[in-house]
Amino acid sequence: MTRPLLEIENLTVTFPTAQGPIEVVRNVSFTLGRERLGIVGESGSGKSMTGRSILKLIRPPGRVTADRMVFDGIDLAAQSDRQMRHLRGARISMIMQDPKFSLNPVMTVGAQIGEALQTHRPMARSELQARVLAMLEAVRIDGPERVAGLYPHQISGGMGQRVMIAMMLIPEPDLLIADEPTSALDVSVQAQVLDIIEELVSGKGMGLILISHDLNLVARYCDRILVMNSGEVVEECVASELANATHPYTRGLLAAMPRMNEDREELPVLDRSSWATGAGT
Amino acid sequence: MRISAATGRILGRLGGAARFAAVVAFTFLGLLAITFFIGRVVPIDPVLSVVGDRATNEVYEAARKAMGLDRPLVVQFFAYVWDVLTGDLGQSISTGRPVVQDLIRVFPATLEMATIGILIGVLLGVPMGVTAATRQGSFSDQIIRVLGLLGYSVPAFWLGLVGLAVFYAGLGWVAGPGRIDFFYDGMVDPVTGLYLVDSLIAGETEIFWNAVSHLLLPSFILGFFSLAYIARMTRSFMLDQLSQEYVTTARVKGVPEWKVVWRHAFYPIRIQLITVIGLSYASLLEGSVMIETVFSWPGIGNYLTTALLNADMNAVLGATLVIGAVFIFINKMSDVLYRILDPRAR
Repeated sequence: MTRPLLEIENLTVTFPTAQGPIEVVRNVSFTLGRERLGIVGESGSGKSMTGRSILKLIRPPGRVTADRMVFDGIDLAAQSDRQMRHLRGARISMIMQDPKFSLNPVMTVGAQIGEALQTHRPMARSELQARVLAMLEAVRIDGPERVAGLYPHQISGGMGQRVMIAMMLIPEPDLLIADEPTSALDVSVQAQVLDIIEELVSGKGMGLILISHDLNLVARYCDRILVMNSGEVVEECVASELANATHPYTRGLLAAMPRMNEDREELPVLDRSSWATGAGT
Repeated sequence: MRISAATGRILGRLGGAARFAAVVAFTFLGLLAITFFIGRVVPIDPVLSVVGDRATNEVYEAARKAMGLDRPLVVQFFAYVWDVLTGDLGQSISTGRPVVQDLIRVFPATLEMATIGILIGVLLGVPMGVTAATRQGSFSDQIIRVLGLLGYSVPAFWLGLVGLAVFYAGLGWVAGPGRIDFFYDGMVDPVTGLYLVDSLIAGETEIFWNAVSHLLLPSFILGFFSLAYIARMTRSFMLDQLSQEYVTTARVKGVPEWKVVWRHAFYPIRIQLITVIGLSYASLLEGSVMIETVFSWPGIGNYLTTALLNADMNAVLGATLVIGAVFIFINKMSDVLYRILDPRAR
């Protein structure tokens, strides 16, 4: 791998408010090869906004600026809306959080998956149908013919998320952003869904950005981890080294995690005074 | 197994249709009950309006008996239901003809105007609402919002008079009041009662264009009011849809923006729009008294108003019944469309 898949330098996302502009993402920089990068942080830390700004999905009045935002040699910042549309789905894709809201309620599952492919590669109906069914099988859905004809309200959350994965991976993108792909799901199906993502992503040699608030999960499925707080990256480390994290925020998050073999009366509360981010004060 | 499943489905459909028919029948019976009791409750004595206020007691009683008003109320009600079902709505006092015949004459006039009106409202209003929502805050959005506000606040009769003054008297682009120029009156056989259709059936293009020219202004004014309402509702439904997650999903897939708007955002709101359009159409079919008066349009609104002023109860009840039936019909139609368009309602 000579050049990285994605290079982000000083990414900043700003939203104007009545109290003046607020930077929800501030000077975030990272590079990504064909590897799995985890972004963790609490709600409002800017991790989703980071993901969405890579796809240029931040709509006005939100503003995205970056010194460098290059995907596979393509300068994302310089792309027109039209050029971005050819990248979206086809080269960079994103799995959304909750299939209850992110699947179109009045289109069949098959039609939605088919549309993702058809948009970028027009093909005959029969071929499209075959590709959709094969993809549904790849995300381990039994009876794909039957499921393809169902509407989103007729399938479970876990199945909905597998449909979402099928939809986002069918055009075979190079980079997949998974924005909290399992937070809306039952614990019992979370691992199943992540295993499917992991299997397909590493099988095809894609890059993955896994956005989550779950430290354990990210440590298990990713190679590298970015920890974000108040719009800034506070820690960057290899997943296996997470236990040796140095930043007080990361240490605080680690300390707040319940462990199996211990019996603590109360989990420690994050002490925010121990580090200075200069934000939110 | 396959066969029994198929039969089961057909039986299910038939059961659904039977239930549907029963619901319609019951609603209609309710409507009859309401019109009947309105007829009895209003302080208008139907006997008095027939015999006049100088009739002697004997004449009055005889008329009362002849009209069947001395029977118990329940019996009267069932007699009324029977009459309606056999197509007898009684005699109109003011026109001296059976009310059914009057209605067959006046309802198509309103139907014709209202249908053109709602077509204008939908064909212009829906795209306007969608445009306004996708370009929220833009110049076109502002214009559409002002139009919506005007449609809400400008009185119909004023717009009708101004329209006549400008386009008929001033510019001479359209014909004046009435459904047709008087020398064409009665020249085509009333098959449907809709002049546009009847003149085409008779092959009289000249009469057709004359009818169009008469219809244009009033139905555009009606259309403007429904347009304003439909555009306003479409705009707010669309704004709601465009912020939904699945619209973002479509953008993530790289779907072109026009498809995002029309397929992903607009598809789901067709269902809500049907209700809005149905209600709007029903209110046009009720007959806009103002517009019909200004344009001397012999429609149901005009007929009903005249009948009310003359205490012509048979005509009032007959017209009310038609309006009620239209409401039931349109409501049931939107229910059916709902079920076809919304997979969640099946």
